[in-house]
Amino acid sequence: MKQTHTFRTDNLIAGYDQTPILHNIDVTIPSNEISIIIGANGCGKSTLLKTMARLIKPTAGEVTIGGTPIHKIPPKKLARVLGLLPQTPIVPEGITVTDLVGRGRFPHQSFMKGWSQKDYEAVSEAMDIMNITEFADRHIDELSGGQRQRVWIAMALAQQTDILFLDEPTTYLDITYQVEILDLLTDLNRKYGTTIVMVLHDINLSARYADHIFALREGKLIAEGDPSSIITSPLIEEIFGLKCTVMKDPISGSPFVVPIGRHHNKVRKHS
Amino acid sequence: MNELIYPIKSGRIKRQRRFLTVTIILAVLSFILAGAMLMIGNTIYPVSDVIGVLMGEDVSGASFAVGTIRLPRMIAGVFAGFAFGVAGHVFQTMLRNPLANPNVIGITAGSSAAAVFSIIVLQASSTFVSVSSVIGGLVTVLVIFTLSRSTSFSIGRLILVGIGIQAMLNAVVSYLLLIGQENDIPTAMRWLTGSLNGATTEGLYPLIVTVLIFSPIILALGRRLDMLELGEQAATSLGVNTGQTRFLLVVSSVMIIALATAATGPIAFIAFLSGPIAKRLVGAGFSGTIPAGLVGIILVLASDLIGQFAFTARYPVGVITGILGAPYLIYLLIRMNQKGDL
Repeated sequence: MKQTHTFRTDNLIAGYDQTPILHNIDVTIPSNEISIIIGANGCGKSTLLKTMARLIKPTAGEVTIGGTPIHKIPPKKLARVLGLLPQTPIVPEGITVTDLVGRGRFPHQSFMKGWSQKDYEAVSEAMDIMNITEFADRHIDELSGGQRQRVWIAMALAQQTDILFLDEPTTYLDITYQVEILDLLTDLNRKYGTTIVMVLHDINLSARYADHIFALREGKLIAEGDPSSIITSPLIEEIFGLKCTVMKDPISGSPFVVPIGRHHNKVRKHS
Repeated sequence: MNELIYPIKSGRIKRQRRFLTVTIILAVLSFILAGAMLMIGNTIYPVSDVIGVLMGEDVSGASFAVGTIRLPRMIAGVFAGFAFGVAGHVFQTMLRNPLANPNVIGITAGSSAAAVFSIIVLQASSTFVSVSSVIGGLVTVLVIFTLSRSTSFSIGRLILVGIGIQAMLNAVVSYLLLIGQENDIPTAMRWLTGSLNGATTEGLYPLIVTVLIFSPIILALGRRLDMLELGEQAATSLGVNTGQTRFLLVVSSVMIIALATAATGPIAFIAFLSGPIAKRLVGAGFSGTIPAGLVGIILVLASDLIGQFAFTARYPVGVITGILGAPYLIYLLIRMNQKGDL
């Protein structure tokens, strides 16, 4: 079972080139749960995720884990607790699936040594969870988008961190693969207690898979909590500027957002 | 659990075996070529004579030809080839671009321009020329990095600025060759094509020492270098201090390549060809630094032997490597264009 950490941000201000994108963000990530950050394009969801994972240096405030600011933890040590899968990682040319997943072992490996038994165990376990063992010796370029995304997540899993961040893990994937990836991540959370924090675009999938939602608007946190209590039509209108009606997802029971447009704006009664 | 590990481990070990086998073959090939460099010349000496000379014995005839002429030539080829190969591999991997070798970034152009300037304008001694070539290379790197620096690190900008600076330096060199005195031109030309001619044992010490100091640093950073290939964000999340790693790699590569250029002139295409050839041969899962260095040695020594003995006239090594490298560059450009990378 994964360890519990107090992971939080205090008064976080961050952005690119002096222009702040995040304004005074205070969040505490619920340990061993799935949190999803939602918001409109450019609201700072990805920036928040990256700042929490030390990819962006905050202009003010800090990110702490167990009370220690993350920039004071040695990089390799931090990488054994906290992993992040970027939205667009780069595939090294000609690499096989196993070797790429094995790169996730970097923070556990010592100087100049080859793979240990533990490395092999972690890599094969990660590949098993992501159902990619059959592709072990294939080149990444031969795989489909969905398979490739499973390889990347396996690399992050091989890192064996207690906390896993994912920046839009389902972008560019067909709906089938989106559900598959989110199911696999849920397995991971339920089975091992991995704390998962991700940015997702799809509001309904977010509401279905999240234990906890952080809603951002223009770099400010405007709501947080479990989906069924916070996803309401006024909140969605505030975040996205979209009129909608919120129903109950008939499959999961979570809130389900149905947008209202100019052409489709009346509730139809079915008999 | 074991039935899960087995297929993964066996595949990995198979690739590892290929990597080791190919690396050993490359090392043996380098060794044979180095031996051939000592044996072959106007007179062909048998192995026993060559070993005798190397052991310090006085072998009539062979001692001068092998010890004074061929040995420094071979050592220059080995160390410069290794330096070009390793540094090229570092730049290509770090910048994730097969076009990004030290030549394209203008380092060697800086070395050559400084050397040609010292010869033609300052009429300087050969030691001064070597020193100014090293300094010229280092200053060019600094200028390029400063000009391409912005709020974020961009590979494209670095390469573009490098190409621009290189074009400027080449213009300077062409101008200097036009105004130079006729008897300086042959010496200056050596700095444009690259040649192992005229290498002396004493003149090679700076190169040897630099390569022995900085190559271990680059080899030790091999795994980090491979992590940089995943991109800035993935490497950072996996615990790599990317800024520090990049700095150490650039400084070390620039040092060895600047000294190699000062010793042999810019031997065309070695830095550019070695990495991709090595990778094709050993596969992608293991650090390609040593294989790239070995391929560099092989290319330089083999091209020098071809240049010396395959034709009626003798050509400097840079001419041969240029003939070998140009088609590859064209092939690469066509392939990158098809893939939409350009």
